[in-house]
Amino acid sequence: MRYAILCYNDEAVTSAWSKEEDDAVMEKLEVVQERLRQEGKLGPAIRLLPTTAATTLRKAQNLVVDGPFAETKEQLLGFYIVDVETLEDGLQIARDLAVANPGGAYELRPIALFLPGIEMT
Amino acid sequence: MTTDPAWIDAALTSARPQAVSALLRYFRDLDLAEEAFQDACLRALKSWPEKGPPRDPAAWLILVGRNSGIDGVRRRSRLQALPSEEVLSDLDDVEAPLAERLDGSDYRDDILRLLFICCHPDLPAVQQVAVALRIVSGLSVRQIARAFLVSEAAMEQRITRAKAKIGQANVAFEAPGPAERAERLAAVAAVVYLIFNEGYSSTVAEADARAPFAEEAIRLGRLLLRLFPTEPEIMGLDALMMLQHSRAAARFDENGQIVLLDDQDRGLWNRTLISEGLALIDKAMRHAAPGPYQVQAAIAALHARAANAADTDWPQIDRLYAALEQMNPSPVVTLNRSVAVSKTQGPEAALAMIAPLEGELGSYFYFHGARGSYLKQLGRKEEARVAFDRAIALANSAPEAAHIRQHLDSLAGETG
Repeated sequence: MRYAILCYNDEAVTSAWSKEEDDAVMEKLEVVQERLRQEGKLGPAIRLLPTTAATTLRKAQNLVVDGPFAETKEQLLGFYIVDVETLEDGLQIARDLAVANPGGAYELRPIALFLPGIEMT
Repeated sequence: MTTDPAWIDAALTSARPQAVSALLRYFRDLDLAEEAFQDACLRALKSWPEKGPPRDPAAWLILVGRNSGIDGVRRRSRLQALPSEEVLSDLDDVEAPLAERLDGSDYRDDILRLLFICCHPDLPAVQQVAVALRIVSGLSVRQIARAFLVSEAAMEQRITRAKAKIGQANVAFEAPGPAERAERLAAVAAVVYLIFNEGYSSTVAEADARAPFAEEAIRLGRLLLRLFPTEPEIMGLDALMMLQHSRAAARFDENGQIVLLDDQDRGLWNRTLISEGLALIDKAMRHAAPGPYQVQAAIAALHARAANAADTDWPQIDRLYAALEQMNPSPVVTLNRSVAVSKTQGPEAALAMIAPLEGELGSYFYFHGARGSYLKQLGRKEEARVAFDRAIALANSAPEAAHIRQHLDSLAGETG
């Protein structure tokens, strides 16, 4: 059984951490992550950049808006990780996906840290 | 677990601009607002570890600060002595509606106003920076004094004087109209960039003391973008600061010598900041409303995207500098553009481009440094030596002088 563990916190607070505080948190997390890796339980782990860097595509209107997806009546149902040169390339992929699956929105948020984890097949 | 001291510290830091600015609107007095915030922080340090952190730290601090400020006013006017521990109970019930009221434009205009009063036109740039760091960011007078290489007492005095001037300024407390809001935002963006530039120092020793400035400026930039999420120039400002700061670790070698962009170890560049900066400049460009911060960020982005110095898209950088010259005509912009021109058209063209600037930039270190380097590339060694000598005489720091001396040494090496 695979689970995604989604991380929530107040980004105004976490981005007020000093580098030392941030490093200390990451170090403590790494202890847990290393154990999970040993146990063969840890897949990819990702840290996202702040929502101020996000861009949202509203699929129905093909409308691009600044900022994160803010509605509450839709739920987070999944995500893709893509490797592209520019935001425009990322938006093009999102539009292609939207043709296949209209309805709702895609939020594009740059990734700060990508830990691949163990291979899960 | 979330009430450990580091979390509380970060929560107080991040809530400060919102809380102090709301208290300022309430009391219309900066000293009183700051005092009330201090008081609220002290109570938070006592209450949060015991009762757990509030859902919305800023709303909690505003409410407690407002009550303690009122108590202070009452005590001073001898109407009523009111130690109000009871205020702290059942606070969560009051907190939610208050937080809702804080949301939206009030909160946005509050923070904008607080930053805006720091940009008082009568204050010299350095004092604007000092006051903003003290009031908005809450850096200690000692930290600020250390960064500006003055005594704590001298800095304290400067900040007190600056605050007195601000107190007389009479900034309107009504919500600003759209034109005034845009004007305030531009002034505030400028002071944030000033803070950033004060952190962008030319020696390692200074870089250490001033490192918090650049980080604080980026934090304020992100805050502005949360308040104005669709402003392309704020995206540009943030991108510019992040892309420049991403190179901080590569700017000096182990001996404290300056390492030029072309020679920097790109492996030392901060990829996380680059990702955020590139995302922001790409977002900004979609608006097709260019401005000076966006153009400068676009230039920094071309450097960040180049895998090595030889891959740099100099023709595009030249075009962007040309656009910047149109928006912001300045001899320094032309001097920067000449670097791109030297790469695309050669040192002769670059030299011709900066020749008319001698009058305005004659006492500018970088002018003579660049001129010397073009002359050297052209093999005009004697003239290059004269230019480098003048640059050394005008250097702002030992590493700057040392960097030019390397050029002189290599000239001597070629002749001798």
